[in-house]
Amino acid sequence: MPRIAVVVFPGSNCEYDAAGALEQLGASTEFIFHSATSLGEVDGVVLPGGFAHGDYLRPGALARFSPVMDAVSTFAAAGGPVLGICNGFQVLTEAGLLPGALQKNRGLTFLCQPTTLIVSSTHSVLTRAAHVDQELVVPINHFSGAYTCDDDTYASLVAHDQIVLRYRENPNGSRDDIAGVSNEAGNVVGLMPHPERAMSTLLGSADGRVLLEGFVGLGVGAR
Amino acid sequence: MNYSVIVEVTLRSGIADPEGATIERALPALGFSGVSAVRAGKLFRFDIDADDADSALSSAQSLAERLLSNPVIEDAAARLDERK
Repeated sequence: MPRIAVVVFPGSNCEYDAAGALEQLGASTEFIFHSATSLGEVDGVVLPGGFAHGDYLRPGALARFSPVMDAVSTFAAAGGPVLGICNGFQVLTEAGLLPGALQKNRGLTFLCQPTTLIVSSTHSVLTRAAHVDQELVVPINHFSGAYTCDDDTYASLVAHDQIVLRYRENPNGSRDDIAGVSNEAGNVVGLMPHPERAMSTLLGSADGRVLLEGFVGLGVGAR
Repeated sequence: MNYSVIVEVTLRSGIADPEGATIERALPALGFSGVSAVRAGKLFRFDIDADDADSALSSAQSLAERLLSNPVIEDAAARLDERK
């Protein structure tokens, strides 16, 4: 059974949804507070959504200096799977574990709605159980979700197949409709949509399952 | 010595600025015409202990680049606050 650490910052608010979704898929989870200096023996790490440290200064700007982030960086550098969802994605970009930045949405509107995503790459721990061009309905819930990067970074993202998810219809002004990116190795992934809120058709969509199944190691290589 | 410093954080050129664009669109309705190239940013003011003005500025610039700004999308510029 994969063991997943769910990092809890002051102001995180999706940690229970994330842990519940991962446990539905057979993982065991434990909450790791931001002041921890070690993750313990885990197979993966999730940085959940919310408003870490109140999102003061910029989303993720203060969270990246939380003590636990040194352990997350070490885990990532060793090839461990790391997933940042929404605010967790913002933290990973601020920490330099993922390229680019998340800016305020075009139109300055807080967006809370289902979106249709298109899988652009399966070269990541999040999308490895999905297939390219697969369409997934997953909700977004953010104010600063417009993915931004300079031209060199963008060219590098394309060259190394690091754009893992795109919006079918761009809701927020993200460059090239980007909804999620990975690092070059594919073991660190961030996305603005919330797959942990798309786990059941009764609640609108179960399309988040294939993403989180990939993350916990289910369905990999089944294609 | 104790120096007062101002740090301005602005979006790098070429980075879209939805706040600046919204402000610019609102101005004509208020009767302000001819205003263009509006860019929104942040201003920080703080006091810092240092041996001299140069080291105060260099500390301020360094903390501005490390924490107050995100170098991926923003520039930071520190200057002494001459009013104090």
